[in-house]
Amino acid sequence: MNAVTAPLRSVRERFRALPRPVKYLFIVAVVVIIYLLPIINPPLITTQDSDFASVLFSCAMYSLVAIGLNIVIGYAGLLDLGYVGFFAVGAFSVGVLGSAHAKLPLIICVPAAIVVTMISGVLLGAPTLRVRGDYLAIVTLGFGEIIRLVLVNTSWLGGPRGISNIPAPPSLHLFDVPHMSWEGFTAYLDLTTTTKFLVFSVTDAVPYYWLAVTIVLIVLFLDWLMQNSRVGRSWEATREDEDAAELMGVPTFRFKLLAFATGAAIGGLSGALFATKQVFINPDNFTIIYSVLFVAMVVVGGQGNRWGVVTAAVLLIWLPEKFRFLSDARFLLFGMALMALAIFRPQGLLPPRRRLRAQRSAEREGVNAEEDPGHIEREVADV
Amino acid sequence: MLLEVDDLCVNYGRIEAIRNVSFTVGEGEVVTLIGANGAGKTTTMKTISGLRPVRAGSIRFKGEDITSMPAHDRPVLGIAQSPEGRGVFVGMTVAENLDMGAYARVDRKTKAVKDDLDRVYSLFPRLSERQTQVAGTMSGGEQQMLAIGRALMARPTLLLLDEPSMGLAPMLIQQIFDIVTEINQQGTTVLLVEQNAAQALKRAHRAYILETGEVVREGTGAELAADPAVKAAYLGGDV
Repeated sequence: MNAVTAPLRSVRERFRALPRPVKYLFIVAVVVIIYLLPIINPPLITTQDSDFASVLFSCAMYSLVAIGLNIVIGYAGLLDLGYVGFFAVGAFSVGVLGSAHAKLPLIICVPAAIVVTMISGVLLGAPTLRVRGDYLAIVTLGFGEIIRLVLVNTSWLGGPRGISNIPAPPSLHLFDVPHMSWEGFTAYLDLTTTTKFLVFSVTDAVPYYWLAVTIVLIVLFLDWLMQNSRVGRSWEATREDEDAAELMGVPTFRFKLLAFATGAAIGGLSGALFATKQVFINPDNFTIIYSVLFVAMVVVGGQGNRWGVVTAAVLLIWLPEKFRFLSDARFLLFGMALMALAIFRPQGLLPPRRRLRAQRSAEREGVNAEEDPGHIEREVADV
Repeated sequence: MLLEVDDLCVNYGRIEAIRNVSFTVGEGEVVTLIGANGAGKTTTMKTISGLRPVRAGSIRFKGEDITSMPAHDRPVLGIAQSPEGRGVFVGMTVAENLDMGAYARVDRKTKAVKDDLDRVYSLFPRLSERQTQVAGTMSGGEQQMLAIGRALMARPTLLLLDEPSMGLAPMLIQQIFDIVTEINQQGTTVLLVEQNAAQALKRAHRAYILETGEVVREGTGAELAADPAVKAAYLGGDV
């Protein structure tokens, strides 16, 4: 495990040691490169068999999902196996308000979708967050399926055929951005392929990607603010020991509900993003397998680390697209990779340092429980 | 009376854990509940701090009925508990654990908290040395100190200590009890639950003996320590 984290840690430390302006410049450069990825089309990274900008959009959108679910699972320690339900509520809210029953512009639909999903999170959480552990997982698993079945069986929501003609974000044509093409490793500007800045259309996914990345960056910032506040500390205490947290005066139920509602709101936002990009949604987009994929992102990335879950989301979306030429075998390989990870790195790719500490101490606790005499002697000697 | 417990009954499902338990704790006292495993000591503690629902009876604190008040509202009133099995936050550092102790305080952003932190560090110099250490990597004795220190950070009127001596070496037990006495002398009322009856009776002003969920005897610590029946049952039987 240290073979992976040790070099990462040294990178982190070396980065910390840099002078401030250099650090900011570096961050700005990384952000700019991230925005320009679909324009640059970097060889090796780009996907040959599917539209690279669309793949990148999916990466960003699922990162958002992972950040939201990470609040629920990683921070508050609540295993939610029905997260796709919130994703669906967000998408269908936009569908209903923007196309099926009203023609509201997306600018209004999206905040409304967030509010609706948040309410659905509270409605699901209020009765179910009183049960702990496995029971919560089962209840949420049921919730995800109930949402899908309601969608299939309610003609007001489009039934199995779903909702089409979902509105796009408002467009504004300012200038054209030429793409880059590559021959081997030499790049040249391709003036025939351009992206209209900023026009959202079905033929060009790049503006959607930009929108998604912007939302991801904003949500990441809010996530950081929340985690480093009293709220984040309350979640941590609740996750580690609910009874002890209550004894300290943490209203644990309220904080679990807050985590659920916040997670739901972000899930709803990603659903809304999905809907506007897809233009057409139906209940098949929200099957239980997505909930499993979402949980996989959080677990693979390292529960509780926002950068870890974002990395995992990007990898889990990008890898199957990159290796599309392997066709059906790619899911077999994908599954095997997940299993290998579970065996060799169960704490995830980038577990948060705090979580690592807790885990190590839990292992020690195991030794303590066996009442090894050496330990007691050490105690006497220590004090 | 600071704490008045009246005819308290608590169930785990259909099993009665404690039955008609009544006792009081006066301002400034050290009161101990002693009894064998399963006598209902910890259940009583958890009920006072609000973690277990009450089936019948009442709990009054400073004259106010707190029987059905949620656990997280009780620290604000001045009740803090160091739970059985320590219950420290193992992934947090010593300093962060102590900070959690002051979570419910209205004056948590003032110097008062800093003063209490200094007080905890002077009571437990060991914690001061290990401020940045992760709680889970510390020894049992240190975790116990942390649990008590964390409870003190709430600046409680009533400190509930559930088995502070559990699993500790004899020398450490002595030390922990010395500190409990010191805390009491500094003005904090202590309700102590113990299996180590000898130490508990020595330190307590008054004591109650619990057997299978009921209070069977009460008296001053010295009285009970001298009682032949108590000696036989709880103090190693050298009658």
